[in-house]
Amino acid sequence: MKKIALFGNPNTGKSSLFNRLTGLRQHVGNFPGVTVDKHSGFLTVDGKELELIDFPGTYSIYPRSKDEEVVYNVISNTKDPNFPEKTIVVLDSTNLERNLLLFTQIYDLGFNTALVLNMTDVAARNGFEINSAVLQEAFPDAKIIRTNARIGTGLTELKAWMAEESVPRETRLDTLKAKDDFQGQIADTNVRFKRIKELVKEVVNKNVSEADFSTKLDKWLIHPVFGYLIFLVILLAIFQTVFTLASYPMDWIDLGTSSLASWLGTMMPEGVFTSLIVDGVIPGIGGVLIFIPQIALLFFMLAILEETGYMARVVFITDKLMRPFGLNGKSVVPLLSSAACAIPGIMATRTISSWQERLTTILVAPLISCSARLPVYTLLIALVIPSKTLAGFLNLQGLVLFGLYLLGVVSALLVAWIIKQFFKKKELSVFLLEMPPYKSPRWGNVGIEVFQKVKIFVLDAGKIILAISIILWALASFGPGKDMEKYAKTVPAPRAQTEEVMADYESKVASVKLEHSYMGHLGKFIEPVIEPLGYDWKMGISLLTSFAAREVFVGSLATIYSVHEADDNPKQLIDKLKAQKRTDGTPTYTLASGLSLLVFYVFAMQCMATLAVVKRETKSWKWPIIQVGYMGVLAYFGAYITFNLFS
Amino acid sequence: MKTLAQIPMHKKMTVLGIAEGELKPKLLEMGLYPGKQVEVLFKAPFGDPIAVDISGYTLSMRLSEANLIEVE
Repeated sequence: MKKIALFGNPNTGKSSLFNRLTGLRQHVGNFPGVTVDKHSGFLTVDGKELELIDFPGTYSIYPRSKDEEVVYNVISNTKDPNFPEKTIVVLDSTNLERNLLLFTQIYDLGFNTALVLNMTDVAARNGFEINSAVLQEAFPDAKIIRTNARIGTGLTELKAWMAEESVPRETRLDTLKAKDDFQGQIADTNVRFKRIKELVKEVVNKNVSEADFSTKLDKWLIHPVFGYLIFLVILLAIFQTVFTLASYPMDWIDLGTSSLASWLGTMMPEGVFTSLIVDGVIPGIGGVLIFIPQIALLFFMLAILEETGYMARVVFITDKLMRPFGLNGKSVVPLLSSAACAIPGIMATRTISSWQERLTTILVAPLISCSARLPVYTLLIALVIPSKTLAGFLNLQGLVLFGLYLLGVVSALLVAWIIKQFFKKKELSVFLLEMPPYKSPRWGNVGIEVFQKVKIFVLDAGKIILAISIILWALASFGPGKDMEKYAKTVPAPRAQTEEVMADYESKVASVKLEHSYMGHLGKFIEPVIEPLGYDWKMGISLLTSFAAREVFVGSLATIYSVHEADDNPKQLIDKLKAQKRTDGTPTYTLASGLSLLVFYVFAMQCMATLAVVKRETKSWKWPIIQVGYMGVLAYFGAYITFNLFS
Repeated sequence: MKTLAQIPMHKKMTVLGIAEGELKPKLLEMGLYPGKQVEVLFKAPFGDPIAVDISGYTLSMRLSEANLIEVE
């Protein structure tokens, strides 16, 4: 299939053009050796199948960061599987000078190249007149096309050119400077700009333009007081929307999968296979689907912020605050998104160009308390923290909840600072960020961004989540020998068959079965390890099952203490937990053990979905394993210290 | 010798050159070649980073980066 490469500076509307040309026929793959994804799109023109590869936006063919290396690697090697037959360079018509650098670099190597003058509408509005004839004279072999990716003009012409036979040109790959020949590259760039400067004088005719709308808006959005206030208000609005709107589809998914499971349970013959489907596979798929509403909504809103140009301003006003921790302004949005869910947060780190800063952000993001921790926090706080009022207006329970969130944020920043000390060779922290003018979002781009993110999550992280769900199911459903059945029979069957009695009986059987499953044995096995934290084996089981998702903790405790319908009425579970006594007669859930559990939940990496996404984003198992490790150590010692302080 | 980091807002300056170092090729490729007109448009709270008009577009940079750009 004919391969065509799409190049361009950032903010030239390159991705819009890519979306316009290929629609949803896109495929996300890998470039060897880098973490940047390879975005391919397919289109058919006059019966010809074409593959269009969207390269990351760069200012030059010479790499200035690890991810930018793909451009150089592909165009410098005719044997590379992605070596293009033709190239398209997208230029921002309002800023031809800087954009022409990349174009001339590629054109001069001898590629069949289209010079796409994009954003012609903005250029015209700002009083730019571009003389294509002069451009054509300067680059006789190039195909010059004016486009407006926003409304789709010029696309037919571009597609026709893509399908045409290539015109033979002399390849001059020998003129390419070596990747590390910085002096050579600098000299080359200087020569090019000299020529471009003269050319632009002839090509561009700029008439007066009125005072810019962006400049006026920036007076407010970057203001030392209002800038932060507006950002906080926007954040609050995003969180409110994610929490309230996402909860509906999440409830439907929850209800849908559990109804499907129970319906299948009654339809299929009893046995291991049915149990695998009903208790393993369906909840596993549900565990993947349940994240989609949050991911989709959050990315919908982040894409709008990105499209309008506001994101660059957020980065601008927060950079200085983040720098001491080895992060930069681009880490702010991923970290804040993690307060809803770490998964979209981690997926949003793509925009961080420095790999060290991106990795640091990924590693600390799960320390920010996410919405899945909330049910655990609420249950435990209601259980062990007295509902008192301090200083006349502060509710103690609310204060503890706030403290837990604060603990998450503070530890994320501290850990980021520690990680910074670990990097031996400091990667150059480059900020240099273009401030695009404000514009209204292109909804097609927003839609495709949301679709792509959900697709990546479901396809790449989904398989790992499903696999771990099945392992957890197996551990909870099987036990050594026939123990589970044997002990289940010891529960006296009730005489009266009323609904309530039967439900009570069934939850007792479930409790006994779980106790004698491999999971139960594992819980007892780790009891000596978690005893110093103030936990018993029942909490151990709940901690282990929490790995499926933190909120499972509540459900597991309900199963172990044979409380049915814990979701609808947490009071029943709380009463039961309060009544629990240790062998020496003291209560199991004290202030010390409760706080210790809370601290454990702030720190511990108990979310397989996040791990799957970290694996996906770092393209290696090394980082998720390190993450589980360091967060586990923090959780254990944090809980240990807390328990000993309060007991 | 003055650098872009020391220039007050809204004063038009001309780039003389960029200090040697890893960032030199990058800054050059972003259009900061000798002779280019630049102007500091606004500053972030705490004065860092700054947003610079590079006749044609707005680029934000940290003071440490602006300090590499010699202007007159």
